[in-house]
Amino acid sequence: MRKIMEGSHAVAEAVRLIRPGVISAYPITPQTHIVERLAEMVADGDLDADYITVESEFSALSACLGASAAGSRVYSATTSQGLAFMFEVLFNVAGMRQPVVMSIVNRALGAPLSIWNDHQDSVSCRDSGWFQLYAEDAQESMDLHFLAYRVAEDHDVLLPGFVCFDGFILSHTYEPVDMPTQEEIDAYLPPFVPVNVLDAKNPISMGMYATPDYYTEFRYDIDRAMDRAKDLLVTAGRELGESIGRDYSGLVEEYRLEDADTAFVAMGSLCGTVKDAIDEMRDSGIKAGLLKIRSYRPFPRAEIAKALSGVSRVAVLEKNVSLGSAMKGAVGPEVKDALWGSGIDVFSYVLGLGGRDVRKKDIAAINALSIAGKGDMFYGLREELI
Amino acid sequence: MSFKDWFREDRLPHIFCTGCGNGTVINCTLEAVEEMGWIRDTTVFISGIGCSSRAPGYITTDSLHTTHGRALAFATGVKLANPRLNVVVFTGDGDLAAIGGNHFIHACRRNIDITVVCMNNMIYGMTGGQGSPCTPPGAISTTTPYGMCEPVFDLSALAVTAGANYVARWTSYHVTELTKAIKVGLDTPGFSFIEAMVQCPTAYGRRNKLRQVSDMVTYLKTHALLLQKKQRMEEEGETVPADMFAVGEFVRRDRPAMGVLK
Repeated sequence: MRKIMEGSHAVAEAVRLIRPGVISAYPITPQTHIVERLAEMVADGDLDADYITVESEFSALSACLGASAAGSRVYSATTSQGLAFMFEVLFNVAGMRQPVVMSIVNRALGAPLSIWNDHQDSVSCRDSGWFQLYAEDAQESMDLHFLAYRVAEDHDVLLPGFVCFDGFILSHTYEPVDMPTQEEIDAYLPPFVPVNVLDAKNPISMGMYATPDYYTEFRYDIDRAMDRAKDLLVTAGRELGESIGRDYSGLVEEYRLEDADTAFVAMGSLCGTVKDAIDEMRDSGIKAGLLKIRSYRPFPRAEIAKALSGVSRVAVLEKNVSLGSAMKGAVGPEVKDALWGSGIDVFSYVLGLGGRDVRKKDIAAINALSIAGKGDMFYGLREELI
Repeated sequence: MSFKDWFREDRLPHIFCTGCGNGTVINCTLEAVEEMGWIRDTTVFISGIGCSSRAPGYITTDSLHTTHGRALAFATGVKLANPRLNVVVFTGDGDLAAIGGNHFIHACRRNIDITVVCMNNMIYGMTGGQGSPCTPPGAISTTTPYGMCEPVFDLSALAVTAGANYVARWTSYHVTELTKAIKVGLDTPGFSFIEAMVQCPTAYGRRNKLRQVSDMVTYLKTHALLLQKKQRMEEEGETVPADMFAVGEFVRRDRPAMGVLK
């Protein structure tokens, strides 16, 4: 059924179809519309879940961890400062192998305070053991939740995951969204069968001390699970396509890359702008294409190397900055690593921070910069402010 | 210097909604600061996140606009690093009682020499009206669409119990009393806590049949019960209505304080 929906409400509808048993969240802009709608659904009896109005994000994720350990499918949503406040618990959730799924409504981190969009919040949680999927539009924001739960709860994976989508740009805008039926989602996503569960008949302790003799292997196990998640994202993404008609088997997605000289690499809603910019560039004879990264963790190294093998240069568009790093953006070095030895130039461009608009002409300008060999830089700085 | 000199008029218009009570509380605070004879160079305003926490941005002194709930931790650092500074924290019920609750009780316990002015609007206003720990039972919010079912925190009682040297509560209707209480708070060594009940017509009143600004102010006026009267009613065995709250001075004492210049 196609409906015009706000991005946040599309995600709330997805969560309703997923049937979590416990929802625990703390209000923070621009995440609020999701959790307000879920609170309504629970209060109206449209969703049979417990909704906990906790006193902070730290408590929100802690309650989710507890509920998951008790055997429930759980959901939370946050952004920016809220996600930063959860940082300690992120590692605990992953370490205890609880398949919590959270929506991250991407927003910049303070100071200075900003409620507007970039990817600094989720990218900064790169190494926490959560897989990270990025959505381009409202439809994908909705659909990736089905995929995320399916992968997270698989007994070969048992890892928590983020579904990231851009604050305001996707969360507060209206788009046509095709809603799957409850039957389709029930068939795709069977009830959660917990593995590491608190059960008095079979008592276990989670999160206990691991001495130096044991700690490393716990981290190794998570890394192996991340590898298996990569394979499962492909097969479960394909099965999702068979179920609802939209295929998500690609960890990356190509757009007009076949004969491209310049390949842009981007994540999230920015990809839509880049596609339009590429169409215009192609109309004027400039051969450009896009590689959209859907899964940032696990990182699709081989898929990137394959997709970009024929291009002359790569411009990675980064809505984050790794302060003090050589390439400036956090994604660029990994793309460069994927292409190591190929002779292809890879540059990072930091842009769109704190909600600054990225326009089609910016993409064209970055193409020119990459041809001139200029990159690994902040793009579009207001020189009068420096 | 008049209290108007403390305002950064170049930052106007402010972000507060029409009819918001926060402006009244800022006025009362600056009036009290002015009456104390404090000067800008030695006065710092500190805040966390929320509508209340925008206040320091409109004041000419140095200020720290910090993370959600942490204003008191930052303020403790400022005061101990330079005890000559007069430190005032603006906060709200969400900032102070929910996400920052831990810092609140420990700042009271340490009795650190700062003054906290809490604008309690009974809701998370800035994020659009979710239920807070001070949303009254039965009140409608976006996360409690059929009414709040959890009990509220009595912030003033909490501050008294946790060890603050001065605790008072008034409302945005009681401008004179509120100003006086803030002044006593500023003048009292140790931790001073002044809770100002304020109207939020946008996020609270609109959903709770108090849509007009005057409705909300009237609500605050008619539900505020002078502490002495409340005590008398209790002594005489009269029932105090559950939706009434006490206003007045709850404690003024001289526990050993931290950060006081000898």
